[in-house]
Amino acid sequence: MGQLSGPTDPTVDAHWEHNHPRQGFFTDTSICIGCKACEVACKEWNHNPRDGNLELLGSSYDNTGALGASTWRHVAFVEQGQERIAEARESGRALVNLGMPRIGPPSEPDPLDLSEVDTTPPDTPDFRWLMSSDVCKHCTHAGCLDVCPTGALFRTEFGTVVVQDDVCNGCGTCVAGCPFGVIERRSDGTAAVAAQREEQHAEHPAVPNVGVAQKCTLCYDRLLTDETPACAKACPTTSIKFGDHEDMVQTARERVAELHAKGLTEARLYGANELDGVGGTGSVFLLLDEPEVYGLPPDPRVPTADLPRMYRRAGVAVAGMLAAAAVAFLGGRA
Amino acid sequence: MANADCIIIQGSNMAECHPVGFQWVAEAKARGAKVIHVDPRFTRTSAVADKHIPIRAGSDVVLLGALINYVISHDLWFKEYVTAYTNAATLVHEDFRDTEDLGGLFSGFDPKTGAYDTASWSYAEETGDVIDEPGPGAEHGSGTSARAAGDQFGSGGPSLEHAQVHRDDTLQDPRSVFQIVKRHYSRYTPEMVRDMCGIDAADFEYLARTITENSGRERTTCFAYAVGWTQHSLGTQFIRAAAILQLLLGNVGRPGGGIMALRGHASIQGSTDIPTLFNLLPGYLPVPSAGRHDTLSKYLDAIASKKQKGYWANADAYTISLLKAWWGDAARAENDWAYDYLPRLTGAHGTYETVMGMLEDKIEGYFLLGQNPAVGSAHGRMQRMGMSHLKWLVVRDLNLIESATWWKEGPEIESGELRTEDIETEVFFMPAATHVEKAGSFTQTQRLLQWRHQAVAPPGECQSELQFFYELGKRIRAKLAGSDDERDRPLLDLTWDYPTDEHGDPDAEAVLAEINGRYLYGPDAGKPLSAFTQLRPDGSTSAGCWIYTGVYADGINHAASRKPGREQGPAAPEWGWAWPANRRILYNRASADPEGKPWSERKKYIWWDQEQGRWVGDDVPDFPVDRAPGSHPDPDLGGPAALSGDDPFIMQADGKGWLFAPTGLVDGPLPTHYEAQESPVANALYRQQQSPARLVFPRADNLSAPSAGTSGVDVYPFVFTTYRLTEHHTAGGMSRWLPYLSELQPEMFCEVSPELAAERGLEPNGWATIISPRSAIEARVLVTERMTPLVVGGHTVHQIGLPYHWGVGSNAVVSGDAANDLLGVTLDPNVQIQESKVASCDIRPGRRPRGADLLALVAEYQARSGTTIATGNSAVTDPAAEGIGAEDTGEGGSAEGGP
Repeated sequence: MGQLSGPTDPTVDAHWEHNHPRQGFFTDTSICIGCKACEVACKEWNHNPRDGNLELLGSSYDNTGALGASTWRHVAFVEQGQERIAEARESGRALVNLGMPRIGPPSEPDPLDLSEVDTTPPDTPDFRWLMSSDVCKHCTHAGCLDVCPTGALFRTEFGTVVVQDDVCNGCGTCVAGCPFGVIERRSDGTAAVAAQREEQHAEHPAVPNVGVAQKCTLCYDRLLTDETPACAKACPTTSIKFGDHEDMVQTARERVAELHAKGLTEARLYGANELDGVGGTGSVFLLLDEPEVYGLPPDPRVPTADLPRMYRRAGVAVAGMLAAAAVAFLGGRA
Repeated sequence: MANADCIIIQGSNMAECHPVGFQWVAEAKARGAKVIHVDPRFTRTSAVADKHIPIRAGSDVVLLGALINYVISHDLWFKEYVTAYTNAATLVHEDFRDTEDLGGLFSGFDPKTGAYDTASWSYAEETGDVIDEPGPGAEHGSGTSARAAGDQFGSGGPSLEHAQVHRDDTLQDPRSVFQIVKRHYSRYTPEMVRDMCGIDAADFEYLARTITENSGRERTTCFAYAVGWTQHSLGTQFIRAAAILQLLLGNVGRPGGGIMALRGHASIQGSTDIPTLFNLLPGYLPVPSAGRHDTLSKYLDAIASKKQKGYWANADAYTISLLKAWWGDAARAENDWAYDYLPRLTGAHGTYETVMGMLEDKIEGYFLLGQNPAVGSAHGRMQRMGMSHLKWLVVRDLNLIESATWWKEGPEIESGELRTEDIETEVFFMPAATHVEKAGSFTQTQRLLQWRHQAVAPPGECQSELQFFYELGKRIRAKLAGSDDERDRPLLDLTWDYPTDEHGDPDAEAVLAEINGRYLYGPDAGKPLSAFTQLRPDGSTSAGCWIYTGVYADGINHAASRKPGREQGPAAPEWGWAWPANRRILYNRASADPEGKPWSERKKYIWWDQEQGRWVGDDVPDFPVDRAPGSHPDPDLGGPAALSGDDPFIMQADGKGWLFAPTGLVDGPLPTHYEAQESPVANALYRQQQSPARLVFPRADNLSAPSAGTSGVDVYPFVFTTYRLTEHHTAGGMSRWLPYLSELQPEMFCEVSPELAAERGLEPNGWATIISPRSAIEARVLVTERMTPLVVGGHTVHQIGLPYHWGVGSNAVVSGDAANDLLGVTLDPNVQIQESKVASCDIRPGRRPRGADLLALVAEYQARSGTTIATGNSAVTDPAAEGIGAEDTGEGGSAEGGP
């Protein structure tokens, strides 16, 4: 077993004996048009069943609600007024000025250093509509994977985290293990979708993988044949980018700098900090407001990160108990 | 669009309705372009634009007119471009009277027919006479003759007898087009924009400055529109207004310029090129009209004069090649190339006139192909009632759409207006192949043909359109075989023989080759043509659509070219094939100055190479390739030979871009603001409220709400507009049957502002009933700040947004009330398009009544508003202001010479 927290290469940790670079997404929400092509392409490729009760959620244009067993991409829609935009602009500026975690030796001149750049914001618009396509984070330290008792979840050679449907016994431990609420067991309450036009009006096919934990595989089957994941392939504005994780993080950091240089200081990264509670995520995001606004945890922490501390404490406790018992015993004797 | 420095999206929700095309807007933005979205609603397009400017639906001509006025009055127009390349200097006939001279009408209006005689709009001849339309239908100086209706023009409609125009290059003559345009828009001011559009002065200034700062030699601005501009009773004029602005700024024929007409779905551009429209033949040739085009020579004369400039002068070659493609050896010189086999129009036969014909039992049968009018056309009730009068109805679709099930579960069954057992219509459902189950080409917004290969065979009895029509033709011809009735000759003589695959599906490439055309005689007989300039009017060539000639040059399917853009130059000529001649930007001669030099290095595209003696550049030059910039051939040569070196608009009869349209439009030579058929706002610019030449249908089943200034206007106080969402496809036939799409937008909803919700007590995510003079529907309520109440003329105007994807039926995954049931039928007279982007309604909380109670609710509103068949349907609002006496309205006559 490799590290449980902090920066690391998860494929190395998983003892893959090759130099395959880690793969990941960069979702740039500043150019997302909310078309939901990613949601549809994902379901289409992965044969995921329909979700929900076919009712409006009354939540702007979002009728998906959240990521789940059958929904592996979810586009959030957030409507905001002027005050909230100004706050986001301020909080984003503070984040960047405090210094984002940087890659490489500190002596290198940093092209992303904005201290000399005029970042006077353009006029604050009085309204905005945020759209953001969420997905499994494929964490460096994946809680779901770490807690899986059957080995159904595994770390692929691409550094991603995938469920093996035929191994999973549906115990659900991983559901509690994910700090993002991504993974979920599939219920049988929704209809599967006909794969053939003949089936359309005939009997609906059975829902596959009922009771089994399900989540985004980062299109593992497509990666194996050198294909781009379905969501990134379908994205018309390149809001969802796919590639080597390192390049994705670099592109994301440049994009934030570019937006800040234009005065759009509300831009900030999510998941790009390898010092965070999950060791950074394989899917990084450029957000235009605090993560909570999009329904993302502000400070995600993998539960197993605390294992050494818990073991230490447990050890201390055990030692203490033993000591107390010994003292009591010895004291009794005395 | 990727080359634009500024993109104005108006009359379109491009990011939502054209998400794939929107990648070029995203690309332009990444390169630094400003994107401004002008729309009644804040949409997903607004969300990624630099700025959203809310506008009152239907007031776009005021805004565009004010931009024209701004450009002229601030002296920001592109002088060299405008003087050399547009008709700004051309003089108009002295009988012309502008709306400023009359009360809001142009000269020539006949209140009796409700139509214009356009003679006085013509260019002046040096003799003082007018340069008229060619052909026998034209009568010089006639004040009362009814001119061609919009349906009688192809795109070659705006034709002239000849191109000997009278010019004043100083642009100072009061009869020059420039001075007429300047005067016409002089009252379209920022204040008028504030009072009519609800756009404040600061936003107008921002818009005007951004456009003008991004236009000129170094920079270009692009406009994009869709049905938000076209679906109005003066929709054609919305687009004309943008064309005038773009010509004044020199943004036509240049990279990053132009006006992008965003077409609604796959190959709807193709369906106008090779048309499904009643009034067009392939390549924008008009369908002949009875009485006006009785012989081939009369028809050809009406399309274009041999003495006018440009390529329409060769319409004879295009027409005769088409007739040869259709009727082969049966088309001979002695029978006028089978011209009499073509059907003749006796009037407008658009979809709405057809439905009214059904109601009058004039139409027996109806084919619906990829169309769901029970949901998707204006006035759904009229559509369904019309179909109930048919003897037979064929629905060819992927699914059992509502147009195939209205007879058992449509809204009229529920309301009791129709009973299934009383309906005699025999309905046939023919399952259709999807786009992956058949081969063929799509032609998209940019005129690009892209080939689609068949991926899988269609299941069961599903068929491609090609196979269906090929089979239908074969069976009809078999039934007619041996007939000696003259009327059967056109069918029996058709060239109707295509190679088929093992399932009987015709080879789509063989059809493409026929469309492309070939040599029929001589050494090259049978060889595909490579350019439309090779077409001849002597029967030696055939071509099914002259503008597509070249797509199959050298026997290669160029529509299937798929070389990635990164592997070729900026125009990417090896990706698909663009008509005409694989040209990516039309009129691209205008990308160079009159001397043939690029306007700037930054916007270099096509230029004159003195050494080679020809036009060269990134694209196929849209000009006679060896015509030197300074050449001035005799205009009387006619056709392409008459084009001067500075006549970039080679399809226009005078080689110039038209600021003022002397012919071709039936509702005015210059865009003029009129209110919609139904509007709670009075026209502040003219006494005339609505477009006088709009097509109205005063019928008991097509009542209009009272407009501002008449009693009852407050019964339907709100404006509603209809639109699409990304998640669904038009009337839902391709999306509401798909669970993945249905779950993303599962229910019909209405978008209202928090202010309107508070005013009417609408609960978020609750139900609302929306009532128009035609019907009432229910929808879930989406309260959102994306809807902005606008202050117009001192009053608050609330706008309600209604997506139109849902319909009443049980076969789809999701269903709901259809927004189009609320609409009436009022049409643009040029193109017969319905006004579906703006109408009047009321809204109240709760679900709508069921059964007969629904009809009672609609009737109660009609009665309370005092609406009658006459309401809103008079052509002239104030005849006295137009100089029309009461006696004139009864007898007909000229509106000329008013005060």
